[in-house]
Amino acid sequence: MDDKKQQKSISYAKWGYIFILPFFICFFIFSFIPLLDTIRYSFYEYYRSGLKEVGPNFVGLGNYIALLKSDLLKYAGNTFILWMIGFVPQIVIALILAAWFTDARLKIHGEQFFKVVIYLPNLIMASAFAMLFFTMFSNAGPVNSILQSLGWIKAPIDFMGSVGGTRSLVGLMNFLMWFGNTSIMLMAAIMGISPELFEAASLDGCNHTQIFFKITLPLIRPILSYTLITSLIGGLQMFDVPQILTNGQGSPDRTSYTLIMFLNSHLKASNYGMAGALSVYLFIVSGILCFIVYRMMNDDGEKKPKRNKKEAVK
Amino acid sequence: MKKRVLSLLLVALMTASLLVGCGGSSGSSSGGGSSAETAAPIDAPEGKIINIYSWNTEFQTRVEAVYDKVDHTSDDGTITYLTDGAEIHWIINPNTDGVYQNKLDEALLRQSSAATDEKVDMFLSETDYVVKYTDADVNVAIPLTTLGIDPATDLKDQYDFTKVVASDANGVQRGSTWQGCPCLLVYRRDIANDVFGTDDPDEIAAICGDWSKMKDAAAQLKAKGYFTFASYADTFRSYGNSISAPWVTGTTLTVDPRIMEWISDSKEWVDAGYLDKTIKGQWNDDWNKSMSSKSKVFAFMFPAWGIDFVLTPNWDGPAGSWGVTTGPQAFNWGGSFIHGCVGTDNPEHVKEIILALTANADNMTKITREYTEFTNNRPVMNSFATDESFGTEFLGGENPFKYFGPAAEGIQMTTLSPYDQGCVELIQNSFGDYLQGLVDFDKAKSNFEIAIKERYPDLTEIVWPS
Repeated sequence: MDDKKQQKSISYAKWGYIFILPFFICFFIFSFIPLLDTIRYSFYEYYRSGLKEVGPNFVGLGNYIALLKSDLLKYAGNTFILWMIGFVPQIVIALILAAWFTDARLKIHGEQFFKVVIYLPNLIMASAFAMLFFTMFSNAGPVNSILQSLGWIKAPIDFMGSVGGTRSLVGLMNFLMWFGNTSIMLMAAIMGISPELFEAASLDGCNHTQIFFKITLPLIRPILSYTLITSLIGGLQMFDVPQILTNGQGSPDRTSYTLIMFLNSHLKASNYGMAGALSVYLFIVSGILCFIVYRMMNDDGEKKPKRNKKEAVK
Repeated sequence: MKKRVLSLLLVALMTASLLVGCGGSSGSSSGGGSSAETAAPIDAPEGKIINIYSWNTEFQTRVEAVYDKVDHTSDDGTITYLTDGAEIHWIINPNTDGVYQNKLDEALLRQSSAATDEKVDMFLSETDYVVKYTDADVNVAIPLTTLGIDPATDLKDQYDFTKVVASDANGVQRGSTWQGCPCLLVYRRDIANDVFGTDDPDEIAAICGDWSKMKDAAAQLKAKGYFTFASYADTFRSYGNSISAPWVTGTTLTVDPRIMEWISDSKEWVDAGYLDKTIKGQWNDDWNKSMSSKSKVFAFMFPAWGIDFVLTPNWDGPAGSWGVTTGPQAFNWGGSFIHGCVGTDNPEHVKEIILALTANADNMTKITREYTEFTNNRPVMNSFATDESFGTEFLGGENPFKYFGPAAEGIQMTTLSPYDQGCVELIQNSFGDYLQGLVDFDKAKSNFEIAIKERYPDLTEIVWPS
């Protein structure tokens, strides 16, 4: 009897593997092989001039060195600045909203409704959103018209003609698109905190500010850092918003030119070698960031049993 | 045991169907199916689907207007049904940022392995990059003689420069166009009356006859609060299309002295307030709005398609508010060439469409009459130029062909290179920042060098005139 049971359970596991096999086959063919190809081509000179193909000729680390000599670091800086402009207000507003919505004493009505509303901008396609902003903030656009008719400004403000203007618009869009998502995640994190802690704090005479900084913030720290890292990875891949807003130029003077836009312009020239090398750089950076997230999550898992032990001791 | 075999079979089936799904969606590059693999030779029966690549709907409207086999077009405008049962599928991608060429290049590289109904049958190219596609080595555009069109007889009425442009290095014509694109000064009559006290085309021509006169006129316009042109990009073509040597020879890009003149003149004009600094180039919302009745812009330099395709839709005032006349300089801007694509399964349709649009005098008369287009047919254009009764409502009853005809005769087009579109687009972008006062001159130069090398990795050297 025992033997048979064991056999059965083993064969079930086998079925499990067979059922997930299609995914792995697809992944292998359509993701893994192209990935290896990308890495392979990054060592080659390989592009199209018009309709004529050049290469692939092996050039070793030539592409990598050429990239470092180009404005790669400047574009990395741009990407980081654009991400920061969006992320800082995003995390601040999300924290405030999450604290308000989860505060038992405030008793905000229609919480579900607001959750939906703040999440809505994320449902719009980023490129459509960028198109909308491009039209709204153009020199003859509605924002300038309204400001002018109110008499606040005399000549139209050239939002997309200045470095700060373009960067702020990109930041604003990223903020609008993602603050709802972050709020909801933080809300979930705060709701995971035992209500007893809040009650105890209130009984001890803590005010809202103290509760927020002394209890809420420390306890949601793991989720906060998770948000930070995932947002950083997302920011690294920032493309559609600045691409559409600046018509692919990163204008003015390429100050809103992100790494993926740089990658895109290599791909447009069908410069597979150079694009491959750039992708490898990005892959390494994302890989490091992912590793940090992975470590963080695992540390979290280790902490939990410890905490349980402590509780048990108590 | 039976169950196990059955479920194994099911899983295998599922896996297989999944893979088939993947294969199908990955496109024709992996070969959609073996039955479709047999490439049609040129004398095989005509296919039912004609794929035409273009960057806007201009060509589509012309085909619908004059090709006698057109039955109707679907509501979304993507498919035109022909009376013989064939369908034209329009594949439209914007020209900006090289998107159209990329999409077309992808399709052309797949051409030999694509299923017959997926193959590109016809495509359009613009003067900026026509050379890239008519290249004999690349061999993507069918020579007209192979299609059964004899340029010497069938296309004898076309303007010579359009035939030269559409020919490869051996002089074999591989494309044909229905339009010629001499540019004229298109001006607002109300502003002309306000500033110069007249809106008569001949008098305006005298006032704006060359660049130095134009500058005096610009000062007068400025005094009354008007801009002469919308942006620095509007004057670019008059300089850029009269360069003395091609942009690129071998792998060396040489910036022509004419381009440097454009930069210095534009700087002067922008700083003097003759151009609207807030309009950054063409084909954007601000530019479109500068053609509206509220705008302060006096004139544009447009070929005939510009009046019909750009100005008319953006103008919101009464008809008859614009006039045309000879501008400070005659030059050609644009021009859409029609090519049959090597590997097509619809050579007969391709031939018919090319002949209907570019060789048939009646059709070309119709196009000119309906769209005020400058068609590529000398006798037709000459008859319009001398036709006193012809006039366009949009231009207040003026006959623009009186001015277009002579402008077309003076056009020389011998300095094309396959890199023109990128050069023209990127030099305007890079120096746009300079003209806006955002970067200095040397920075703009280096920005152009970076951008052009990104676009064309095979360029090794960029030479600036000293």
